[in-house]
Amino acid sequence: METTAGQNGILSLEGIESPPLSFAQLIWLRFRRHKMAVAGAIILTLLIIYSTGGALFRTEADANFTDTSIRLSAPNAEHPYGTDPIGRDILARTIFGGQISLMIGFVAVLVEVIVGVLIGAIAGYYGGVIDSILMRFTEAMFNVPQLPLLLVLGKVLSDKVPPLSILGREFSGSVVVIIAVIGLTSWMGLARIVRANFLSLKEQEFVTAAHCTGTGNASIIFAHILPNTMAPIIVNATLGVANAIINEAYVSFLGVGVMPPTATWGNMLNGAYRYIDTAPWLWIFPGGLIVLTVLSINFIGDGLRDALDPRALVEAN
Amino acid sequence: MEHTLELQNLEVKFHTLDGVVNAVNGVSYFADAGKTLGIVGESGCGKSVSVLSIMGLIPDPPGKIAGGKVLFEGENLLEYDQHQMEAIRGARIGMIFQDPMTSLNPVLTIGKQISEAMVLHLGFSQDDARSKSTELLSLMGIPNPEERFDDYPHQFSGGMRQRAVIAMALSCSPDILIADEPTTALDVTIQAQIIDLTKRLQDEMGMAIIWITHDLAVIAELADRVAVMYAGYIVEEADVFDLFQNPRHPYTLALINSLPSVDRNRVHKRLVTIPGSPPDGSAVFPGCPLAPRCRFVVERCLHENPRLGTIEPNHKIACWVNVNTGEVL
Repeated sequence: METTAGQNGILSLEGIESPPLSFAQLIWLRFRRHKMAVAGAIILTLLIIYSTGGALFRTEADANFTDTSIRLSAPNAEHPYGTDPIGRDILARTIFGGQISLMIGFVAVLVEVIVGVLIGAIAGYYGGVIDSILMRFTEAMFNVPQLPLLLVLGKVLSDKVPPLSILGREFSGSVVVIIAVIGLTSWMGLARIVRANFLSLKEQEFVTAAHCTGTGNASIIFAHILPNTMAPIIVNATLGVANAIINEAYVSFLGVGVMPPTATWGNMLNGAYRYIDTAPWLWIFPGGLIVLTVLSINFIGDGLRDALDPRALVEAN
Repeated sequence: MEHTLELQNLEVKFHTLDGVVNAVNGVSYFADAGKTLGIVGESGCGKSVSVLSIMGLIPDPPGKIAGGKVLFEGENLLEYDQHQMEAIRGARIGMIFQDPMTSLNPVLTIGKQISEAMVLHLGFSQDDARSKSTELLSLMGIPNPEERFDDYPHQFSGGMRQRAVIAMALSCSPDILIADEPTTALDVTIQAQIIDLTKRLQDEMGMAIIWITHDLAVIAELADRVAVMYAGYIVEEADVFDLFQNPRHPYTLALINSLPSVDRNRVHKRLVTIPGSPPDGSAVFPGCPLAPRCRFVVERCLHENPRLGTIEPNHKIACWVNVNTGEVL
């Protein structure tokens, strides 16, 4: 900022004064310093545009259209990413598969955040018996192995849940199963963090002050205390998206996740291992997209962690 | 005449791992509309606990109100359920806290925090609450209230925050304002401003004030009536002039004597202190809790705890000794 010299060479205050930064501006200033996080944010935005905007150029029918006469053709003008073993266009499949993969990531995290915040907040705020019960439940849930559960439930339930259609797209029921299982088995860490923060925040004087204003418990929990603990929730949720996408890819790769014909980046890899040498475009494109997405989300998470945590910032200096 | 608020023999105990701590032992006091009751005492004497029990905010467990009544316009607040208390808090009884740095929520705007009580209790719309809040802020002497409404607490100075907290407490025109050491965390000039502001607001709005402090100078400035607390008991209660001119309890006397003086002739004198430290609330001692520290102590003090009794009209003390003559009452 430039300081302006007033008359007689005396520094005038006007050049020095600046309007105070809002919280969001401050976070953005700090986030911006983290170059990789900014790059990650840009790449993730592009990926989201790719998988949603791409629908303008390819239809889902293209993605599922089989033509065995052109099976396993290398990338060419008509099929820029080539075709798969039954002649489907890989470009179209990465576009529509991306929608599913990203949606699974975000919706599963939404489930995770809702459950984790509710349980953590109630346990931390009320304490006592309620806290004990909820935390023992949380510990019990920690013992549920997530991947085997995904594999088993994916296999058992996926054909039992009817397909549903959202925003004009038809989703295989297995998508719902995957979202539910990932969301409901990954909230425990978040619940513990939220509980710990609530335990300390509820003793703060501003909470007593809110009680003295006549504010009810629900409003104190969600409108007064929760905003104070948003930072770790945001960081945790961001990293959770990457985790959910990887988990989905993992089980779909093994063939028990999201069921074809619905494409995801994960199930496009299913079977690609048989053509690792002969048709590398089968795995390079979906695999590359998964890596890009997860990497950029993790960098965003790191950047947010630094931007939202004043202590980390001090240590970095 | 019925008092706006009256405590009758309030007893509060805390059940801790080290045993039961008797924080408040049968305390009675009252507050009248337009008048200020000052409560003085050192840290841990039960001042704050007694007002928190008025608000129904004693953490339970470990705290427990073991007896007594809190009468607000004749109704015992201790019998109210949580829902009824929420309707009283903020609307009929407002409270300000010691440290304005911690009693405002750092992530909500000042305006939102002031508006909350009005939206909650008076059914104001956000717009109405906003205009009333800016009005309150300007009444509190905060410049540019329109712009300041959207500021966060960290953008306010300490004195301004305490003004905002007072605005919060007064937003619904309560009948009683409870101030728990509201000037302790502020420097003296800001303290004087806050006291002037409070007096002016009391003249305009006519609420009763209960002002807790350990600063006798503040009490002298502000209070109409004073209760001196020690170890969970009220040891002396009198009108403010009476108390300062004619202190009758050894503890009050010692407190007044230990005020630093600006008198030129006393400049080289050492500051008078009260020897010893306040008793542990969990210790059981049959006599007067002040006995080990009292210079008027007599045999009877060690065995029997004096009860608060009227010695002159409007003047009560809990002591076996007449400090003026030294004779045992």
